[in-house]
Amino acid sequence: MDNIAGKKSGLTWAVHLSVLLLVMLWLFPTVGLFISSFRTADQISGSGWWNSLFPTEQTIQLRTGGRDAAVQENGLYVVEGNLLTDEGGPGAAADISAFGVSSRAVGAFKVGETAEAGEGETLTLNDDGSYRYTSVEEPGRRGQRVFVTAETPPEFTTGNYSTILFSGFGNDNMSKAFFNTLTVTIPATIIPILIAAFAAYALAWMDFPGRALLIAAVVALLVVPLQLALIPLLKLHLGIGIGKGYLGVWLAHTGFGLPLAIYLLRNYMVGLPRDIIENAKVDGATDFQIFTKIILPLSFPALASFAIFQFLWTWNDLLVAKVFLIDATGETTVMTNQIVELLGTRGGNWEILATAAFVSIAVPLIVFFAMQRYLVRGLLAGSVK
Amino acid sequence: MHPAFQGLLTIVVGVGGCVAYFYFSNQFLDKVLLPPKGPNAGRNINRANQIRPWLFLFPAVFALGLYLAYPVFETLRLSLTDRDQGGAFVGLANYNQMFSEPKFWEAMRNNMLWLIVVPAASTGFGLLAAQLTDRIAWGSLAKSLVFMPMAISFVGASVIFKLIYDTRPEDQEQIGILNAIWLQFDGGIGSVLFLKLFPVLILLAFAAMVAYVAWLLIRPLTDGSAKGGAVISILRLVGGAVAAWIVFLSLRSIINIFGAELPYGAPQTWLTLPFYNNFFLMVVLIWIQTGFAMVILSAALRGIPEETVEAAIVDGANPFQIFFKIKVPQIMSTIVVVWTTITLVVLKVFDIVFAMTNGQWETQVLANYMFDKLFRASDWGVGSASAIIIMLLVSPILVWNVYQARKEMR
Repeated sequence: MDNIAGKKSGLTWAVHLSVLLLVMLWLFPTVGLFISSFRTADQISGSGWWNSLFPTEQTIQLRTGGRDAAVQENGLYVVEGNLLTDEGGPGAAADISAFGVSSRAVGAFKVGETAEAGEGETLTLNDDGSYRYTSVEEPGRRGQRVFVTAETPPEFTTGNYSTILFSGFGNDNMSKAFFNTLTVTIPATIIPILIAAFAAYALAWMDFPGRALLIAAVVALLVVPLQLALIPLLKLHLGIGIGKGYLGVWLAHTGFGLPLAIYLLRNYMVGLPRDIIENAKVDGATDFQIFTKIILPLSFPALASFAIFQFLWTWNDLLVAKVFLIDATGETTVMTNQIVELLGTRGGNWEILATAAFVSIAVPLIVFFAMQRYLVRGLLAGSVK
Repeated sequence: MHPAFQGLLTIVVGVGGCVAYFYFSNQFLDKVLLPPKGPNAGRNINRANQIRPWLFLFPAVFALGLYLAYPVFETLRLSLTDRDQGGAFVGLANYNQMFSEPKFWEAMRNNMLWLIVVPAASTGFGLLAAQLTDRIAWGSLAKSLVFMPMAISFVGASVIFKLIYDTRPEDQEQIGILNAIWLQFDGGIGSVLFLKLFPVLILLAFAAMVAYVAWLLIRPLTDGSAKGGAVISILRLVGGAVAAWIVFLSLRSIINIFGAELPYGAPQTWLTLPFYNNFFLMVVLIWIQTGFAMVILSAALRGIPEETVEAAIVDGANPFQIFFKIKVPQIMSTIVVVWTTITLVVLKVFDIVFAMTNGQWETQVLANYMFDKLFRASDWGVGSASAIIIMLLVSPILVWNVYQARKEMR
């Protein structure tokens, strides 16, 4: 309605541009990680990921065939082959612009020229990568070094993912942590919903002394930092024999999730039409029947909102898992914890780190985009007063 | 037993147990204890209705009490005892020990920095994004993309930003975008523009904003229109003093920026630059929380009555005046809610610091300091004492929330 008076606002273009800039700024970090997870270690350390989408010109060191590939012609040893497609080459798609035979002059010769490598050696390189190398003496076992300046097209690999998900060893393999995270998350999401739903119904639709006080207590507990609960609860768990393990972390997540669950569900249930509930009561329904047959189905959006919150929170959690779940054996490690360990041990191996991080991010992102509507609704119900 | 089966079993037992508890306890109440028939039918119904809410509430109240309320008091008790002396009461010794540690004061200073910068920046960017995306066709797509980091874990975000801050030796290609950009600066006119003038302008704007807030706080005291008792007046004075101090700090940093000799051409290890590394960590949380602020504020902007905006346009207001004088005042209460919610997140921030620097290079924050004390130094006394400090910092918001909730229910 900025242009209600009939004049087209001159700011429209500025608005579009600023939004575009903002969105790009916000997407940029994630995209960087995503692209890096599809690059090999050499590619990552060779160039910034923002260059990987374009063909890059790089100088690579290759070798011609050695003594075994040489044939004798007219008293000369001759090796023929293709630098691009032979083993170790960058592939036929690369575009050679220059080459050299000495590390001091890596781009001394153009494609098609013949390079003198000294001691009676010559090398001819064509633009399709095929070469002819001649030598008076018998060539060495490993062949002649060649520096090739070539433009290589963007190239991506899914190898990192197969390492992280299947074939990696030790901390490089996330499959176990993935299932551990799942094992933590699902019960920790479902159980608090049920407990909270009953309590929310009582707080919303039943009259009893102390109700207002209880609601105030829930609001207060909503902001109690869970840092305070760590030591007393760990002591409690160790004392009653639960120890560190799944049961402990499920209980902890249930307890920590309850205030938000009760708060969200109560706010939603209070808004349900009073008539339906009173009619059902007149018809002789008990509170239990009203709750299961009417309230619960009607509250689905609020239940979904909370379920997403709790899922994201438990999936992304590090602190609660570290305190209540992961013991000295590390058998029950979750993905967030394993990533932190990787940051410590493989800080420079971005292909491993980026892929591991993206594996752990992927599931919440899917949930996020699939159920964003409920998430937004829950946020609004949870914070706008 | 395989954990997956254990998980399934827990779901079945947990859900089944809950349902069974609710069903049978209600049945027991209605059929056995207080049946609504016989000579006392009326009295029984009344009594049953008095008991029933507690049947519904019991599991939740029990869990809340055990997992959230009890730990607050237990932590308070632990902070006054010493584990090495068999839990003997030591008074405030733990607090004294904590207050004498420089690391604690570093954590306090950094937490205050976080408390000022992160909520302000997140709310500011969120408001900007909400307003800009409000009326354009692809606004909902843009919003959803800015909102996306909300789904990413703090640890995942730390990895993402560590890649951005990555440093390679000088003779190698930089793969961290920040260093790649940094190396473009050579001390010429562009560098002065971007690295001196631009930050100074931002700081000036920030200082002006804070000064305005301070003026808003102090003004009612000077012209005698202040409402409320002495407590409110004192709060206003304290708020004004804090704001004035922040303005002073900003102005001092402006002078520092102009005086600074920047090491052009050398790649920087961003996370080890004392003081400034705090800001590089804060960026992570701002990146995550902006989406949250945007979603809430965008809903609030939609809720503004059209008539007020239309009236302003008819009166000849320009878009900036409409935004700052018509829209912002109407959504002020929502801005406060967003600000306090992000403040709560900031007070508890742990994962980001733990994963990125682990409190080294002067980036310690309270939650990570506490984790250090509890699980590395095994000092439960000091650890609990620092947890109580976090609780104290949270409690004003707690009181305010309860007050608001009670007001709303009446």
